[in-house]
Amino acid sequence: MGKLFAIVVTVIALVSAGLIAAHVWWPPVDISTIGPRIDRQMDETMAATGFLFLSSQLILGYFAWKFSDNKDGRTIRYFPGGPGPLIGLAIVLVGVEILVLSFVGSKVWAAVYMTPAEPDALHVDVAAEQFAFYFRYAGPDGQFGVVHPERVRDGNGNYFGLDPANDVAARDDTIVGTLTVPVNRPVLLTMHSKDVIHSFYVPELRMQQDIVPGLTMPLHFTATRVGKYEIVCTQLCGLGHYSMRSFLEVLPPDQFDQWLKTQSGD
Amino acid sequence: MRSKSVSLLLPFVGLLAGSVVVVLANPRADSGTIEGKVTYTGTPPKMKPIDMAKEPTCAKEHNPPEMAQNVVTGPGNVLEYVVVYISAGGPPSPTPTQAARYDQKGCMYIPHVLPMQVDQPLQIYTDDPFAHNIHPLPKLNPEWNKSQPPGAPPIETKWSKPEFIEVKCNIHPWMHGYFAVLKTSRYAVTDNNGSFSLKGLPPDKYTVTSWQEQYGTQSQEVTLAAGETKTITFTYKVTPYLY
Repeated sequence: MGKLFAIVVTVIALVSAGLIAAHVWWPPVDISTIGPRIDRQMDETMAATGFLFLSSQLILGYFAWKFSDNKDGRTIRYFPGGPGPLIGLAIVLVGVEILVLSFVGSKVWAAVYMTPAEPDALHVDVAAEQFAFYFRYAGPDGQFGVVHPERVRDGNGNYFGLDPANDVAARDDTIVGTLTVPVNRPVLLTMHSKDVIHSFYVPELRMQQDIVPGLTMPLHFTATRVGKYEIVCTQLCGLGHYSMRSFLEVLPPDQFDQWLKTQSGD
Repeated sequence: MRSKSVSLLLPFVGLLAGSVVVVLANPRADSGTIEGKVTYTGTPPKMKPIDMAKEPTCAKEHNPPEMAQNVVTGPGNVLEYVVVYISAGGPPSPTPTQAARYDQKGCMYIPHVLPMQVDQPLQIYTDDPFAHNIHPLPKLNPEWNKSQPPGAPPIETKWSKPEFIEVKCNIHPWMHGYFAVLKTSRYAVTDNNGSFSLKGLPPDKYTVTSWQEQYGTQSQEVTLAAGETKTITFTYKVTPYLY
């Protein structure tokens, strides 16, 4: 029985590590400037944790194989001082590993969160609500209209609570349900939630950000490949969570300008 | 034998039912009509196309996209989807037993505005191959929201207090309509020519009210003699801003 356990543990460890190493469940194609760094970080993290995982499982398998059939009645010997020091050592080792991973990974994290968006970034305001995303562009004047939460009304399309009758800047704000951006240009999203916690996730951008009610959540990225990609909410936000999605449409710059012009003209 | 006798009776039952319908539908000989149009002055807001990208089935069905229906105008500066009804005058109208029907089709509410009388049965159908969650937002009646997966039977309900109830879908935020719950069944909704017609009105002094979801209500007094037809116009002052 002990030998069977050893075989099962070893096989599970090798197969799962092999599948991860072979990138069988790797995210889809990367379309962002930060993507390669995130992917490399993911690889390094998986290699470090994978090494420890594999080592511990193989050692477990070895010991189970070697000592499971204790027929000669040998006395079980413990590490000097009992299991305590060994557990302490394991905690220190794992702690060091987590700290090292966090330190190394923080450089990539900081490149997204501690670095401001470039000054020429396209600013898009995002409103998340049960169960949709809406995107607002400033229009030709480059100014966003002021948001009045008490004026928010889905029924007449006032998803952001604008007051165009009294606020000139709000009159040319463009509000759409699909996030359209130009390729190779930095984009800054300022995201808000109108009800519960939502999450903005585009696997191809390698970007996932919770949107917390009451806070403005900034996120910036540069898309490098023209195409249409799915935006999904990855926080269970209610009954219709499964249907909360939108699309990211990355266009060549001239097509994007044309698109924005058409929207503003409406 | 039994089924044969039943089938023999059927034409008579049908005839009887038909005559009842004729009696109910046939207005009195001295009844009159109030008809007219609902128009606007000013510049109406431009309706934007509805983005249904998140529900590809609907986006494909509405190509080019449907426009928002908050303010629907027609040639000659007329307004569609305005409810015009008798708010005072005439005998009380009995509560209809036939249900008012509201449809969810292609991620749209059909009709956009559904008038009905207080306590009249209301049936809400879904024809779409995915779930909806219909959520009326009444202020006087109890509020509810109900999910309807594809193929679900119609929701059967009614409203016991008169009011204009905004309706939305909790899954598709662009879905937007109204229940106009009235004390009367003498109502009409303006068509794409802005026209309405209230027929079968006995002679009396009436208050005729119009309601538009964005611009509210207006009323006019109309005195109707026997067999008379009167034409009236409601005019709303509109602004270019929807909100």
